[in-house]
Amino acid sequence: MAAPLGTAAQADDTGDEKQDTQEKEAVAPERAEEAKLKAKYPNLGQRPGGSDFLMKRLQKGQKYFDSGDYNMAKAKMKNKQLPSTGPDKNLVTGDHIPTPQDLPQRKSSLVTSKLAG
Amino acid sequence: MAGRAGAGGGNDIQWCFSQVKGAVDDDVAEADIISTVEFNHSGELLATGDKGGRVVIFQQEQENKTQSHSRGEYNVYSTFQSHEPEFDYLKSLEIEEKINKIRWLPQKNAAQFLLSTNDKTIKLWKISERDKRPEGYNLKEEDGRYRDPTTVTTLRVPVFRPMDLMVEASPRRIFANAHTYHINSISINSDYETYLSADDLRINLWHLEITDRSFNIVDIKPANMEELTEVITAAEFHPNSCNTFVYSSSKGTIRLCDMRASALCDRHSKLFEEPEDPSNRSFFSEIISSISDVKFSHSGRYMMTRDYLSVKIWDLNMENRPVETYQVHEYLRSKLCSLYENDCIFDKFECCWNGSDSIVMTGSYNNFFRMFDRNTKRDITLEASRENNKPRTVLKPRKVCASGKRKKDEISVDSLDFNKKILHTAWHPKENIIAVATTNNLYIFQDKMN
Repeated sequence: MAAPLGTAAQADDTGDEKQDTQEKEAVAPERAEEAKLKAKYPNLGQRPGGSDFLMKRLQKGQKYFDSGDYNMAKAKMKNKQLPSTGPDKNLVTGDHIPTPQDLPQRKSSLVTSKLAG
Repeated sequence: MAGRAGAGGGNDIQWCFSQVKGAVDDDVAEADIISTVEFNHSGELLATGDKGGRVVIFQQEQENKTQSHSRGEYNVYSTFQSHEPEFDYLKSLEIEEKINKIRWLPQKNAAQFLLSTNDKTIKLWKISERDKRPEGYNLKEEDGRYRDPTTVTTLRVPVFRPMDLMVEASPRRIFANAHTYHINSISINSDYETYLSADDLRINLWHLEITDRSFNIVDIKPANMEELTEVITAAEFHPNSCNTFVYSSSKGTIRLCDMRASALCDRHSKLFEEPEDPSNRSFFSEIISSISDVKFSHSGRYMMTRDYLSVKIWDLNMENRPVETYQVHEYLRSKLCSLYENDCIFDKFECCWNGSDSIVMTGSYNNFFRMFDRNTKRDITLEASRENNKPRTVLKPRKVCASGKRKKDEISVDSLDFNKKILHTAWHPKENIIAVATTNNLYIFQDKMN
């Protein structure tokens, strides 16, 4: 096996040069992977990693239900059928307003953990 | 040379399967996903938390004198529902019941105490044993019904009689409403009176007795959220210095703070960061440098960090680079594109030290886990699988073939199952016993004695 990347990096200066070459060899596949990704998603943000992920991470758990929209939609569609969710309950598109029935049930586990079984 | 198959950690420990807990079937219910594993300070108790908000505690059996070649097994001691799902109506925010972390308090009396936390609320649980009950009341029957006082003709003194052991868990403190963002870490101070809780942007200091007040000690929220560039990923108190703690970031840095310096520790005392060659930067650089776990060594001299591809050991006296770096699964570097697409690149692996700080362990994919011996520089890859079920049979080391010709018994990178991830592992504080969590099963391995 070439370049022992599994060895611990020595905490002295003589290892630096060797480590540099190792890193360059190591990063080439990373660049190739980046090129692959950019080819698939050309609109991917210029910022590396960064804010998009962080924002997504901070907003985890956000659910939206606007009772105003819901009631207006109900009133508007008094005479018509409310469009149903279709097979994918998580996909909310167009005129469909999420209803309380569509939100996944949040119940605590009444069942004992299988680790204790 | 590192990576040689068959080389175990320290004096070449031979790891054997001991036990496995959890369901056998492949259809995993979300609630059963294990989210944290932690031994207590003596190693006698082993706690797990899951996505369903439940905690299961296992207790090691007393050593069997007749079976000298095996240590006590871990059996269920207590199980309880720690957290429930909640909905914050004001912010329209769903709060998961998933247990993010469990930390044990050192034992002070007969009862055991642990802190468990979900995204928003930390709870102090008391686990106590009851093995006697009072019998012989004058006004009550044994089944609890009240006796008609007019039928009582003699008096007796109630006595305690032995009963079957009952283990009860009760929530003693609830520390709520102090975190706007999601809690990722809790850490008990060496003063055993205070602890910290960290979310993405803030760290709070609590007193174990006080639930209605918490001090904010780190706040990295920018005035304008558009300027947000990094978040806190983990935090831990120093094992001996009660004024010192560290926190890691999504940019791969670790900051050490001293609470004596100021009330708000926004200015670090030390900043640990490995310099990066800017010409090596790629789209993935920052993501894979994000630190998913930070753990002090038992000695307090070193700390270990885990990022996506490696484990690094830092000497607290040297900020500009780690003293040791171990590659966990470098072969994944050429798979980063697909790992980004399937979100695996965001997996948060934990790491742990053995009791003597000579070996470190962390998980990987395909239910593999890795150990690195800091002294011999040897490493080993093992697999947590029900196929290795025979107790006292030494586990066979695994090897991943990165490219080129695959040898017999090697597994190629493309055959790895990325849904089988080992994110949580724990090492007994004193013995060579390890707990390894796959998605929904808990494996216990021990070294082969005699």
